[in-house]
Amino acid sequence: MTPLLSLKGLTKAYPGVVANDDVSLEINPGEVHSLLGENGAGKSTLVKMIYGLVKPDHGEMKMNGVAYAPSEPRAARGSGVGMVFQHFSLFDALSVAENIALGMENAPKLTALSEQIRKVSDTYGLPLAPDRIVGDLSAGERQRVEIIRCLLQEPKLLIMDEPTSVLTPQEVDILFQTLRKLSAEGTAILYISHKLEEIRSLCDSATILRLGKVVGTCVPRETTAREMAEMMVGKVLGTPTRAGVTLGEIVLEVSALSLPSPSAFGMPLREVSIQLRKGEILGVGGVAGNGQDELLAALSGELLSPAGSIKMRNEDIGHLGPNARRAIGLLAAPEERLGHAAAPDMSLTENAMLTGAARQNLERNGFLNWPAARGFAEKIIEAFDVRTPGPGNAARSLSGGNLQKFVIGREVLQRPDVLVVNQPTWGVDASAAAAIRQSLLDLAGKGAAVIVISQDLDELMEISDHFAALNEGRLSEPCSTDGLSVEQIGLMMGGAHGMEVAHV
Amino acid sequence: MDLSVINPILLFAALMSAATPILLAATGELVVERAGVLNLGVEGMMILGAICGFAIAVETGSPIIGFVAAAAGGAVLSLLFAFLTQITLANQVASGLALTLFGLGLSALLGQGYVGIKPPRLPDINFGFLAEIPVIGPVVFSHDPILYFGIGLVAAVWATLKYTRVGLVLRAVGENHDAAHALGYKVVRIRTLAIMFGGACAGMGGAYISLIRVPQWTEGMTAGVGWIALALVVFASWKPWRVLLGAYLFGGITQLQLNLQGAGVAIPVEYLAMSPYLITIVVLVILSADKSAAPGSLGRTFHASH
Repeated sequence: MTPLLSLKGLTKAYPGVVANDDVSLEINPGEVHSLLGENGAGKSTLVKMIYGLVKPDHGEMKMNGVAYAPSEPRAARGSGVGMVFQHFSLFDALSVAENIALGMENAPKLTALSEQIRKVSDTYGLPLAPDRIVGDLSAGERQRVEIIRCLLQEPKLLIMDEPTSVLTPQEVDILFQTLRKLSAEGTAILYISHKLEEIRSLCDSATILRLGKVVGTCVPRETTAREMAEMMVGKVLGTPTRAGVTLGEIVLEVSALSLPSPSAFGMPLREVSIQLRKGEILGVGGVAGNGQDELLAALSGELLSPAGSIKMRNEDIGHLGPNARRAIGLLAAPEERLGHAAAPDMSLTENAMLTGAARQNLERNGFLNWPAARGFAEKIIEAFDVRTPGPGNAARSLSGGNLQKFVIGREVLQRPDVLVVNQPTWGVDASAAAAIRQSLLDLAGKGAAVIVISQDLDELMEISDHFAALNEGRLSEPCSTDGLSVEQIGLMMGGAHGMEVAHV
Repeated sequence: MDLSVINPILLFAALMSAATPILLAATGELVVERAGVLNLGVEGMMILGAICGFAIAVETGSPIIGFVAAAAGGAVLSLLFAFLTQITLANQVASGLALTLFGLGLSALLGQGYVGIKPPRLPDINFGFLAEIPVIGPVVFSHDPILYFGIGLVAAVWATLKYTRVGLVLRAVGENHDAAHALGYKVVRIRTLAIMFGGACAGMGGAYISLIRVPQWTEGMTAGVGWIALALVVFASWKPWRVLLGAYLFGGITQLQLNLQGAGVAIPVEYLAMSPYLITIVVLVILSADKSAAPGSLGRTFHASH
């Protein structure tokens, strides 16, 4: 059988880094092929070459045995390649139908297109109303827009970049049923994900990239997730461990906290109650946009709360701002690394000063002690293995994973009594994620209380003692993570938002 | 004080004429901003259009060729802005302000030989018997062709943005340039064309002042109309028909306050002179309460990263 797409010796170099080095792989019609690798392994560059966004320096691509060199995405779409992007390439202010029309060659009139959208969404069990404004849709619905946009072109190869990172377990099930149906109809799928269990259940074959090179291939069903992870990072991974847990007295108490969201598209908090004990790690799950940012802001002090609703060691702290809360030991690390947790164009020393001034005694009478701040930054870099030439470098110059290690390390090293983190390992590769989780476990082991807000359920199951889900701004009753099943978690997260499992 | 000297029919007719420079410039800027670019150089492109149109009309004796030259002059000046912001990725606000100052200076230089000259007049369109209809005739059917062109332009821009693929792509680029780029649309090219369209419209708006409203050339004669056009786009929530409404409101109050001054109303002239700005802004602020959001990528520099 001629492969649908074959890549031979593809090489792409950027100044200072070889993103892809002699990469070869083959995909057959109907095959679900996975591309695995850590951040910076060159997965994105590879699919961008297939989709015509980047031109390879060397090497050749063949589609059905014929030379294939798309000069732009339009040409790639014309040859039957569709792509669903990791960061959705959607236009919030436009309707579903307009968004889809933008991704099509020779789009029909909007009324005819709406009809086609309804038809395809029925066939593949992806309910979607064509005239809705995309800005109002949930993450799962937005992804459906992208998928339907691709399906309308009747692609022979569908590229999916991290498609499940924002979906509930039920939504993932529906997506997988759609993908299996497509694959049965002969559409090949190139699937990029960090979630190894998903790859094991979905994919027929896998190619593993490390530092731009192919380091191996495997059949995911016959390989354990651990083996795949070790091929990706090229070393044996340690599993986060923690000593036996004994929970102490209550340090942080939130009672029936309701707060409006500061942003127009945000989610207000509704009657959120938390009791956090010393040494406890509380995992907060839920689909993005259900109040995670607001919860973090309320706890960190960016949003002030009514009297009596947040107490630390039985003292009301609702009226205290972030610095006052830091001073009494309540620290936070928000999700957005650049711009929220760190100032992008300031050096690591300056960023260390920004949150560390109070607890690390970096400031006296309004004057800043820069040598001490530099020392603190160096301590973070060393303790958390942050890869950077030195503390004088701008935060922006660090890769996502390294900056995340710095941001988490900065808070952990300030010996917090309560630490609140949002998405601590988002977009971070496996070994860095393991290091960050271990540091949170160690912190709890020393008696601090930790709240981890995350969308990675595996992560929450791995490190937290109790799990609660945020849904529409409400926090469910926390329950012990021992013996909690994925179905139960899915129900706590509100199930699949407004949709039934497709009957296809 | 004698309010009876104000003739409502003449007032309405003059209002449409007074509104046209703002209307043209604001419609052009609306297209630019819907493409995600904030060009604060409207005033500079208008004044350059005013002198280009004036000079060419005087030299050739044809006001229509003058308007074409004004559009070309505005578009060429806007290309400088496009080069700075789209190619060298300079800051849009600073580049726009520089463009205004540059346009004011350049127009003063070009206009040195044209002070005190009368330009050829652009005749009104002859609608025949339609112009004889009482009230409607003098208000609607007694104007020059550029005024009707301005109204037609608003309709054309509205229909293009709403119903055509070109309009959809333009809005998409303004809404999210990264996504548009990922889908393979040429962000820089589309924006450059939009900027040139905006420049041409602003140039024509300027020429309308120097050839029709105040048929003469004086330095700095646009006197802030470009800034009003900019504000109008924002307060009109980036909607073409609201731009028309805002321009007519502004033009109407400008005319009314002139008439009131003429009628000797016992209000200090300064208050009357302020009133068009205040009332236009108040009305449009109320109108824009429905929170039509600005184009998502407005004013942000686009850099295609790989």
